Amino acid sequence: MRAGWMSVLFVMAGLSASALARADDPPQSCDVPAYLLTSDSPLPRVSAAIKAGGPLAILVVGSRSSTIAGAEGEAYPARLQAMLREKLPGIAVSVSMELAPRKTAADVAPGLGKLAQAKKPTLVVWQTGTVDAIRSVDVDSFHDALDQGVTALQNAGADVVLMNMQYSPRTETMVSPTSYIDNMRVVAQQHDVPLFDRFAIMNRWNETGEFDLFSAVRGVGLAKRVHDCLGRALSAFVIDTAHVNPAELGTRRR
Amino acid sequence: MPSVADQVVAARAKVAADGVTRAAGVAIPAAHLERELRLDLFRGLALWLIFIDHLPQNLLTWLTIRNYGFSDATEIFIFISGYTAAFVYGRVMLQRGFVVAAARILKRVWQIYVAHIFLFTIFLAEISYVASSFDNPLYAEEMGILDFLKHPDVTIVQAMLLKFRPVNMDVLPLYIALMLFFPPMLWLMRRKADLGLGLSVGLYILTRQFDLALPAYPNGVWFFNPFAWQLLFLFGAWCALGGAKRMSRILSSRVTLWICVAYLLFAFYTTLTWHVPQLNHFMPRVAEQWMYPIDKTNLDMLRFVHFLALAALTVRFLPRNWPGLTSPWLRPLILCGQHSLEIFCIGIFLAFAGQFILAEASGGAGLHFVISVCGILIMSAAAWVFSWYKKIAGKGGGRAKSADGDADLAGGGA
Repeated sequence: MRAGWMSVLFVMAGLSASALARADDPPQSCDVPAYLLTSDSPLPRVSAAIKAGGPLAILVVGSRSSTIAGAEGEAYPARLQAMLREKLPGIAVSVSMELAPRKTAADVAPGLGKLAQAKKPTLVVWQTGTVDAIRSVDVDSFHDALDQGVTALQNAGADVVLMNMQYSPRTETMVSPTSYIDNMRVVAQQHDVPLFDRFAIMNRWNETGEFDLFSAVRGVGLAKRVHDCLGRALSAFVIDTAHVNPAELGTRRR
Repeated sequence: MPSVADQVVAARAKVAADGVTRAAGVAIPAAHLERELRLDLFRGLALWLIFIDHLPQNLLTWLTIRNYGFSDATEIFIFISGYTAAFVYGRVMLQRGFVVAAARILKRVWQIYVAHIFLFTIFLAEISYVASSFDNPLYAEEMGILDFLKHPDVTIVQAMLLKFRPVNMDVLPLYIALMLFFPPMLWLMRRKADLGLGLSVGLYILTRQFDLALPAYPNGVWFFNPFAWQLLFLFGAWCALGGAKRMSRILSSRVTLWICVAYLLFAFYTTLTWHVPQLNHFMPRVAEQWMYPIDKTNLDMLRFVHFLALAALTVRFLPRNWPGLTSPWLRPLILCGQHSLEIFCIGIFLAFAGQFILAEASGGAGLHFVISVCGILIMSAAAWVFSWYKKIAGKGGGRAKSADGDADLAGGGA
């Protein structure tokens, strides 16, 4: 047993040394397989807004993983705004952020209707699930809260995109996200609402080596690069799901 | 290959059985007294799969059965545990009476409880380290899980009450709960096996109907609901107490075979749509709404039936006297299955350790693979040492003592 352990550690040490010897990160390509960047569920109001030449107002409702402490301007909502402005020239795109740190879906859902009525966004991106998974909230009540929230947003006249949690390898021993992810998928299907699968996308990046999400770095650099890619992916997701062809749009407006 | 101790038990059981008037359905057929290697084999397999599933996703994860159907290693493990518990403690109850058998079972419960607390300590050590060394702004929110370290007074007490159970530490509390209520059920099932199974089904239905559950800390319920999972455990017990024999005609019919194959294919296709979302187009929405979510906490019927289908095919195509069972290649699996509680704990520990190493060494797929294989080698080596020790200890002790001790070691295991 002991001898076994020593040999394992020995092998590990060798492998980690070779891992460290690798060159520094190449520039990010943010590659995501196409099926993660689209959805069969429609975004009718977003399509209409873009076709009418704007404005496109997006509201991101999310917990702390929707921002970077100390670098809010480089978190994915801000990157989403920048990317959409680039891809949809001539259309007034604004992305605003409603942060609800340490709030579960059930905490957030009752206020969503009012929020949407007050801000009148075309699209609400509701990022949720992380706090629920951390607190291991009962999955049935999580499901009901999602249901209530999405219904309220739709009634208030907004398109909805649900966004699930981050893939977080370090906390895999402690947080079990699977049942929450499943329930978000179910609610998305029931309401015919697109689901932006942040978990699968980040998992993919970790697997392909695009990002090393195990990394124990303390700096903010990794967070910035991941959020940049997330913003990019989300912009592609919104445009593709709304069935807008930016190239056509550009030529028409020119 | 029955050990000396097994043979002693067998001889004793025969003598005892001859002297006792057997109630209907109680009879343990003589063939059963030989160690059922298939059970050990599949329990060993379940232990390996649980270990691999507890590591982060990697290449080997694709070999585990949860990717090919609804049920996973947990079902195998709980079913076989029920089967062996009924088999071993049923024998004790026959020879020594209810009180001794109940005492044995409770002693086993205590062992499992101690093992669980031991694993919890290791878990605490691991996450305390992560909490103090890891500070990535990307995961500021996820690190909130470590907040409970700020209240060790509450957390540790709740862990000892089995209410606070970190991820991956749900199986042993379930097993403790199942074993705790096993003595009266075993007593009943040895007399009226079908009545016992009927009660179990009734409790399962009540659980699904009225959402019976055990509370967990800080909120929510037990991940494996014992009120639902008892069905699988007691079904295992029912099979051990003669049910399997009575079902043999159904099991060998061609109709059953094709139903099982069709169901397994359906389950396989459904699981495939989770991994290849493009296939979702071919899955009717009605079916989706009826099926999802597939509830692991309350042992969804889809999962239970999937396990039954797998088991039926296994029993059909892998006969008890299959020569491969004695081949040296399957020996590690069988050894692991024979020392299941110890190997389970080692597996959980290795999964923690593996995750830790992966995190520290920023591991790639290669390292992942090495860790998985090393883990399995360590589990097998440990199982080999345990069985060596058991043999040595068995030779040293008195005859009667070794027979009793054997019942415990083989004893239903975790």
